[in-house]
Amino acid sequence: MKVKYILEDLDCANCAAKMEEEISKLDGVNSVNVSFISTKMTLELAEENVDEILSKVEKIVKKIEPDVKLRKV
Amino acid sequence: MSKNKKELIKICISLTLLIVAVLIKSLDQYVSLGIYILSYIIVGKNVVIKAVKNILNKQWLDENFLMTISTIGAFCIGEYPEAVAVMIFYQVGELFQNYAVNKSRKSIKSLMDIRPDYANVIRNGKIESVDPDDVKIDEIIEIKSGEKVPLDGIIVEGNSMLDTSSLTGESVPRRVDIGDEILSGCVNISGLLKVKVTKVYEESTVNKILELIENATTKKSKSENFISRFAKYYTPIVVILAIALAILPPIILQASFSMWLARALTFLVISCPCALVISVPLSFFGGIGGAAKQGILVKGSNFLEMFSKVDTIVMDKTGTITKGVFKVQKICPNNIDKAELLKLTAYAEYNSNHPIAVSLKSEYKEVLDTSKIQDIQELTGLGVKARVYGKQVLVGNLKLMKKHNIKYEEAKDIGTVVYVAIDNEYAGYIVISDEIKEDSKASIEAMKRMGIEKTIMLTGDKREVAEVVSKNVGIDEVYSELLPTDKFHKLEDILKLETGSKKVAFVGDGINDAPSLARSDIGIAMGGIGSDAAIEAADIVIMTDEISKIPTAINISKKTIKIVKQNIVFAIGVKVLVLILGALGISSMWEAVFADVGVSVIAIINAMRAMRYNKSLHIV
Repeated sequence: MKVKYILEDLDCANCAAKMEEEISKLDGVNSVNVSFISTKMTLELAEENVDEILSKVEKIVKKIEPDVKLRKV
Repeated sequence: MSKNKKELIKICISLTLLIVAVLIKSLDQYVSLGIYILSYIIVGKNVVIKAVKNILNKQWLDENFLMTISTIGAFCIGEYPEAVAVMIFYQVGELFQNYAVNKSRKSIKSLMDIRPDYANVIRNGKIESVDPDDVKIDEIIEIKSGEKVPLDGIIVEGNSMLDTSSLTGESVPRRVDIGDEILSGCVNISGLLKVKVTKVYEESTVNKILELIENATTKKSKSENFISRFAKYYTPIVVILAIALAILPPIILQASFSMWLARALTFLVISCPCALVISVPLSFFGGIGGAAKQGILVKGSNFLEMFSKVDTIVMDKTGTITKGVFKVQKICPNNIDKAELLKLTAYAEYNSNHPIAVSLKSEYKEVLDTSKIQDIQELTGLGVKARVYGKQVLVGNLKLMKKHNIKYEEAKDIGTVVYVAIDNEYAGYIVISDEIKEDSKASIEAMKRMGIEKTIMLTGDKREVAEVVSKNVGIDEVYSELLPTDKFHKLEDILKLETGSKKVAFVGDGINDAPSLARSDIGIAMGGIGSDAAIEAADIVIMTDEISKIPTAINISKKTIKIVKQNIVFAIGVKVLVLILGALGISSMWEAVFADVGVSVIAIINAMRAMRYNKSLHIV
């Protein structure tokens, strides 16, 4: 299952890389790409516990760059 | 007020206070310290707040945190002006960096500005403006002049000129009429069109192209992987070095603690790998976007990088070097009028759909009168026999002539030769062949100039034809009379010969040679527009059927890689240099801030060059 987010106010490129690294380690995340340039995050998830995984993803994003607002596409 | 403007005002106020504090020496010690602190708070408050937030989130090695430590550290050792100035300088740099990032984000967006926002669909006799996603197959949409074509379809009413440049890079508008296929992403220039939708938005060309470009950056290049690994270790290493610098020399050498602390603090300022983390992916994104604008779709940063290392290009003849369309090249009549020979031949081929027959009929141009043709017989492996205008016409190969004991003259031309006999008398021959594309020769020459060492042509065609074509366009090696499976094996042989870091690209039309496209290091499909099979199988898709796009693609890939290398060398070089000079006490916080944000700004500006492809460099 594919989920896309726009990360508004993503200002720090290194943070985007860190997010990608941490989110990729989550269970249930098959692949993740955080593009600093297009401010898009694309997730490929397993079909189960989607809500739980997404809330973890959101927590990681907020932890690394607190000002970022996530918007689902 | 925009975020950037607010920051600018803060910087100005803070800078004024700093100048006041530095210039007016007569100020009371505590008053001047007060002014420094005020100035620092105005400009650095956000950084400090972010730093605190990040510590609460256990993000120790964050840029804000390290910046805060280094400036507060400077305060503690009494370097007040430096502390404030570094924070100001840092914020100015951040401002520049934000500006550059925003600007490049905007440029990238405009590169991809082919997404249609709405579709005018005709429902119950009324025009409704809806999201392209909501239009179903077989619905009729209306496209006014100046509007983007939102979905793929077939024109049912009207005619117009189409601007296809966003799909093909071709600037000359294309004429379209009733019955023509129309692709989403083009812009309708002149007339009003009604179009029957043949594909939903998801499946339409424009959406496929956009998805392809957006997903391209997820396939990372080696340079990008190197940068992510570098970034992961760089910050911790620099921070550890900084700590060691602050502690070890004072203990071991009994040196002054504050001097070494000052040096350690400069390290912290340079500890962000931002310049690289932003600029390298940006270069690839720019290169891919710039290529798309030329009608070249690159499916991943890795392919763009690999393409710059290609030294052998293997091409399929038909559809790549030649047009893949058979055309009458020469008519040699014998005791008969040229036009009459063509006419009778075209009539005899009336029933046949073979490419040769089609080319004969299209050369004749006029409509065939069926009442003039009788007794058509297909003679397998020989040709056809028919009665046309009461005459017995034989059209076919040499064997057919021999079989009917006709005295013929053997043609020495290259191509497919069709012999004709009328009432058992030899009437001459017609030569049909596939035309070489206008840009083939110049493109092969351009490839060689760009460092391609070997060009190879594979074809199922006869040896004579293959050799003439390859000689005409300047191909190095030819393998002819190959069956489709032979082509694949030949390609494998070529791949085996290639050793080291050099790569082999295969160019084909994407319809019959999907296995070869997949097997080669880089598979390039020509004429990909509207062909799902080609887009699926290839790594690089050339939307038009112009072979000249290949040198263009090589050019873009080489330019992108050059920019990436420049940025890596420049950024790492400056950082390491300032780290060394900082450890020796030669460079101060000022140079450190330049090595951090200054380098970022320069690298971003350099990366943005990858987006622009200079048409005047167009080699073909």
